[in-house]
Amino acid sequence: MENQLYLSSSPHIHGGETTDKVMRTVIYALLPACAVSIYFFGLPALSVLLICTIGCLAAEALCCRLMKRALTLSDGSAALTGILLGLNLPPSAPWWLSLFGAAVAILIGKQVYGGLGSNPFNPALVARVVLLISFPVQMTSWTAPAPLGSGLDAVTAATPLGEMKTAVMLTGTLPELATSGFGNYLTGNMAGSLGEVSALALLLGGLYLMLRKIISWHIPVSFLGTVIILGGVFWLVDPGTYPSPLFHLLTGGLMLGVFFMATDMVTSPVTGKGMLIFGFGCGLVTVLIRLFGGYPEGVSFAILLMNAATPLIDRFTKPKIYGYVEQEAAQ
Amino acid sequence: MLAAVLSLGGIGLVAAAALGVAAKKFAVEIDPREAAILEVLPGANCGACGFPGCSGFAKALVNGSTAPSLCTPGGSDTVHKIAQILGVEAVTADPKVAVVLCQGDNRKATEKYRYLGLEDCNAAQKIADGPKTCPGGCLGLGTCARICPFGAIEITVDGLAVISREKCTGCEKCIAVCPRRVIRMTPLDASTHVLCNSHDKGAAVRKYCQVGCIACTLCKKNAPEAYKIEAFLAEVIYEHHREAAQVLEKCPTRCIRDFSTGYPEGSSFPPPTVPVKPAQVD
Amino acid sequence: MNLKTFPGGLHPPDSKHYSATSPIAVCPLPEQLVIPMGQHIGAPAEACVAVGDLVKKGQLIATAKGFVSVPIHASSSGEVVAVEPRLHPMGKLLPAVVIKTDGEDCWDDTLQGADPAELSGDELKNRIRAAGIVGMGGATFPTHVKLSPPEDKKIDTLIINGVECEPFLTADHRLMLEESERIFDGIDILRKILGIERAVIGIEANKPDAIEKLSREGAARNVAVQALQVKYPQGAEKQLIDAITGRQVPSGTLPMEVGVVVQNVGTAAAVSDAIRLGRPLVERVATVTGPGIKQPKNLLIRIGTPLSFLVEQCGGLHGEPAKIIMGGPMMGQTQLSLDIPAIRGTSGLLIFRQEDLPKKLEAGPCIRCGRCVTACPIHLAPTTIAAYGRLDMLDEANAYNALDCIECGCCTYICPATLPLVQTIRYAKGGIMAKKRTI
Repeated sequence: MENQLYLSSSPHIHGGETTDKVMRTVIYALLPACAVSIYFFGLPALSVLLICTIGCLAAEALCCRLMKRALTLSDGSAALTGILLGLNLPPSAPWWLSLFGAAVAILIGKQVYGGLGSNPFNPALVARVVLLISFPVQMTSWTAPAPLGSGLDAVTAATPLGEMKTAVMLTGTLPELATSGFGNYLTGNMAGSLGEVSALALLLGGLYLMLRKIISWHIPVSFLGTVIILGGVFWLVDPGTYPSPLFHLLTGGLMLGVFFMATDMVTSPVTGKGMLIFGFGCGLVTVLIRLFGGYPEGVSFAILLMNAATPLIDRFTKPKIYGYVEQEAAQ
Repeated sequence: MLAAVLSLGGIGLVAAAALGVAAKKFAVEIDPREAAILEVLPGANCGACGFPGCSGFAKALVNGSTAPSLCTPGGSDTVHKIAQILGVEAVTADPKVAVVLCQGDNRKATEKYRYLGLEDCNAAQKIADGPKTCPGGCLGLGTCARICPFGAIEITVDGLAVISREKCTGCEKCIAVCPRRVIRMTPLDASTHVLCNSHDKGAAVRKYCQVGCIACTLCKKNAPEAYKIEAFLAEVIYEHHREAAQVLEKCPTRCIRDFSTGYPEGSSFPPPTVPVKPAQVD
Repeated sequence: MNLKTFPGGLHPPDSKHYSATSPIAVCPLPEQLVIPMGQHIGAPAEACVAVGDLVKKGQLIATAKGFVSVPIHASSSGEVVAVEPRLHPMGKLLPAVVIKTDGEDCWDDTLQGADPAELSGDELKNRIRAAGIVGMGGATFPTHVKLSPPEDKKIDTLIINGVECEPFLTADHRLMLEESERIFDGIDILRKILGIERAVIGIEANKPDAIEKLSREGAARNVAVQALQVKYPQGAEKQLIDAITGRQVPSGTLPMEVGVVVQNVGTAAAVSDAIRLGRPLVERVATVTGPGIKQPKNLLIRIGTPLSFLVEQCGGLHGEPAKIIMGGPMMGQTQLSLDIPAIRGTSGLLIFRQEDLPKKLEAGPCIRCGRCVTACPIHLAPTTIAAYGRLDMLDEANAYNALDCIECGCCTYICPATLPLVQTIRYAKGGIMAKKRTI
């Protein structure tokens, strides 16, 4: 009997939350958004998602193989990166673009740094930005949604943010679509990346994650809050040139970024205070790029920039250790 | 055109002059011998000499506050080169290498309990003195292998640390971290060792290890010069290691082993894997 | 109810249903008692009996060595059959006195009780020390040391720890319900020694019956009861002080720094016995519980009773044991076998079967989720300290205040990568302390 006994250091119970469970939960939370994108864009959307996911899994397996490490597919992080990348691509993305993106995400975004937990940037966003810069044509060819069963053909169209940027640059005033049609934006009936289109489904997923305590409220609240307040200020100053905060919220990749990209644990600060600063920075850069930058959309750049600032934020928001507050005061 | 050439050239000249002056004015005196010594040192910064890294050692050598022979990893070759640079007599100690005095891997030795937790011998040793029943046996959790600056230590499939006689440079870092003190320095040319570290009586050793020394004294009877038995454990008297090799077959538990190169015979290793380092949170 | 608490911590399932309703039963006399000489923090006691000596219950069998040390007494009457190293709960062979009991369980009749009102503070303290009383919460710090603050430390509050935040354990809960008289008497004695009036009993809100009973009885005796939020580690000394008084004990110092002395409810009861009856600490209440025990119970056990005997009293083992834990699941120590004696710090015996253990998972890389940082009651960054500890970067680990870690286990419990954080930090702490000693 003696040999069957286990001895270990305390504690002897575990909360049961594990990395793969966390990743799985995030994937579940993304399913509604995936479903909406497939509904609006049909089979092309499904194939983009599948290619990205399978591509990421394959790239991860290859890396583990090359580096002689244990296979890490079961932790779910590669699959999650794949789905997130898919949601960041236009539905018309050719298969090679998706595959290339998947390889970039895993190889350059994650494994070169040492794999899960060591990457400074969100892998899916790294891939999106690499693709956006390398293949601007394919990455900005949008199709108008053609809901399943509607019999509509895929026609090219611009995203609301893109159209707004063009209009503002050409005429100096907001186009009509920036002041109406919010109902369509909410449900996702507009052109855009797979994950840009349904604010509602993403919001649902994000709330589920918060409810399950997978992510904390800090980043979403400060990110969204900053966008609403800053966007609102500009709108109040000049409603003719600047869109309303609601337009900011419902279009582009904001919802996806807020709930699923900025909250990526590996690349965001660990303390609540740090997360608030991180979210604020994301919101600030997003609004600035949207209103004044060359690109119509700034969420991914904003998050990547703040990813880079994360170690710094962590350093400055180190929690005050118990028993040090009074000691300092006494000295 | 001319103005551009002149102004650029002028800037270049001024900058060059400034650099020249600065180099002269702020020049740091370095003994050329220090650089030369640093060149011949192994560069592993292992600390075997007791100085902070190879450069610290080189500095001390030039100051004359230490002797070249302290660089054990470099071996006699390095010591001779350093002595040449410094113009002193080379005094080399006999090269030594570390040996794990244990063969009790997971197949051959029993465990008191099953250990769960941090893969580290010192951490495991804190829990009821380590899982291995033998109080001196190798725990095989690889603390020595991780600290070895020369990659000379490997853990076998069955959980035993073994040290390569070629790669070991004798820096003794492993000896400092081993909680069970099962690693011993031995002369490089000695190939026969009693691979056991248990001072328990024979009957007790038999209970927990198939390959432990049971202090039967057969080795000592057959080669009285070469062996001594202290506290129920046979030991090779290394001055007479040549005679020691002749009684290998007499040992009933086969704990006297002879290996002059590489790892003890029969060591097999798991496919190499890179340990995943924990990420840091600042 | 106004519940107080501290920042950080977490909520493991309390699992107290196994034994919470079982009244304290007196454990019968085992044939043999193995009484280790080291049962407290500080220097082990030294045996003063020899093989063949006949001893009475409560008779001195080992004397204290030094100020931070306490004497040890026979837990029953009988014959000393061995004075030799025996397996100690620490997992090592350590000196112990083995007594073959004679079944009489006869008290040493030289032991005399006294009226605390007639004794001075110092006399009371000496009696407490002579009775071998240590902190009964599990840390086993000699009580007389805690009651001897230096002149310049003004103590104003006595906190009685009835929190019992460790899951599974119910010994203190039952003690509060069944032996409140002794606890209150002990509190009065402790207040007299410290020369203070203010005494607060802290109890977690998952023990409403104890809160109700002690509040009612305490009102007449000028003892307040503070209900506390159910959260682990609410019963850790510094967290308890923070919750009740709002004071933070400065890092690296003792509670007396903020004018507080904390004693466990079990200690208070033992103090009462030591003074009123003159009886030394030879028995305690312990919870024998866990899914590996047939009938979990709260037992009044003699110090030195083998764990296997305790298991027998609780209907035996339920299935094959995989882990034997002395103490609670968060901070308890795993044991090599059931042939180990219960000691003064044994607040519980917990047995898990294979199926009750957390699924063994390969520890993965840290995903920086920050859960350990949020849960740490000391507000450390456990994963950073552990990362440095793992790489033997002790100076860096020290700079992240590794030494402030109370080893409560919250970080390991919550870690989704199942990293052995506490163990690694404990290892780093050992290294840092060793380094400090050599410099």
